[in-house]
Amino acid sequence: MNHGGNGFILEGVRRLGAVTIFLARLLLESVPALGRPRLLVHQIYNAGARSLIIIMLSGLFVGMVLGLQAFNLLQRFGSEEALGTAAALGLLKELSPVITALLFAGRAGTALTSEIGLMRATDQLTAMEIMAVDPLRHVAAPRFLGGVVAMPLLAVIFSVIGLYGAQLIGVQLMGVDKGVFWSQMQGSVGLRDVTEGVVKSLVFGVACSLIAVHEGYHAEPTAAGVGLATTRTVVASSVITLLLDYVLTAAFLQRET
Amino acid sequence: MRANRTLEIGTGLFVLLGFAALLFLTTQLPASGVKFGAPRAGYHVSAEFDNIGDLKVGAPVTMAGVHVGEVEGIRFDSKDYKAVASLRVDSQYNHIPEDSYASIQTQGLLGGKYIGISPGGLDSYLKDGSRIEQTQSAIVLESLINKFFANYSSKGGGDGQGQGADNQSKAESRK
Repeated sequence: MNHGGNGFILEGVRRLGAVTIFLARLLLESVPALGRPRLLVHQIYNAGARSLIIIMLSGLFVGMVLGLQAFNLLQRFGSEEALGTAAALGLLKELSPVITALLFAGRAGTALTSEIGLMRATDQLTAMEIMAVDPLRHVAAPRFLGGVVAMPLLAVIFSVIGLYGAQLIGVQLMGVDKGVFWSQMQGSVGLRDVTEGVVKSLVFGVACSLIAVHEGYHAEPTAAGVGLATTRTVVASSVITLLLDYVLTAAFLQRET
Repeated sequence: MRANRTLEIGTGLFVLLGFAALLFLTTQLPASGVKFGAPRAGYHVSAEFDNIGDLKVGAPVTMAGVHVGEVEGIRFDSKDYKAVASLRVDSQYNHIPEDSYASIQTQGLLGGKYIGISPGGLDSYLKDGSRIEQTQSAIVLESLINKFFANYSSKGGGDGQGQGADNQSKAESRK
């Protein structure tokens, strides 16, 4: 009975070690991969440009909901003017990095895993190795880098669209003064809040892309194996994102005081 | 080749959009003075205040509670130590008497500051470049509380002082 528990823990440690080693190898291969910008551009397009619609749509609705909820809450204290501040801080620091990462895991992460997994299953990766072409450099590294580049850009776009959504509800629908909305926001949002969001989404970008590429690269070369790897990508990316979010938030708050 | 081209254009657009968003966030959210977009139509008047409290650029200017314009800039006049707020009033509100009265007020209990204009009685109207002469500064809550306590203690002041003197005499007698 105890043995089963030990095996589970050992498997977890092994997996963590495998991911870490994979990250180190990926980072090593990333430098030569940068020398092939065409591959990188292709992956930024796949991970970023093709996620744009879903990110913008989600950002708009998240911003609108935030506008409604924050307005409703602030109205009880008679301080609707703080709506701009509440929406901007909420979006920049929490909502846009986290929701972008979750959507990214679902939209781009799954695509990455199943693509690489299928390459593995159909022996394309092995064929590359035989031809002395390093699949880590030509397949994994550009996809990883593409995700890392795309994530902060997506999160920033999410923030702007979300702010527009919050403004749409707050100013157009609820009648908060537009000047107050912006001036209160500008008075209380600092450059460090923007930086915090960007740093967060950069970390999430590394984590989500790493998990997606790793799961695909080490997927069992069967149809079921690729399916399982794709599921694991979504689950692991989401959990890790939320966990990292807590750690990063705590660290940033610590630094502020 | 064709597919490659659309791919590159798509990526370019995405990256451009991302950096535009980043530029927007870094320049527009923290007050940096960089303004996008054409300036709105209207005329400009200025008003001097002894103390503007935490009035910010972009705060509304209202008459009878209706939004008629906004604060465009705030600067410090080092000659007579006053704050000068420049206001932009929408051009449709061009019948504001010249002797109108501008005061800094607070929205709600904790809200931001705004400028309220009460109309005067003159027949000549404010126009571009004119100055509002009569102003009332922001009410700073702390100074109000200070005044209140100063009044309070000066009323009951005799008591406190008497006690102090009493203690002193006691200490003396003990010696």
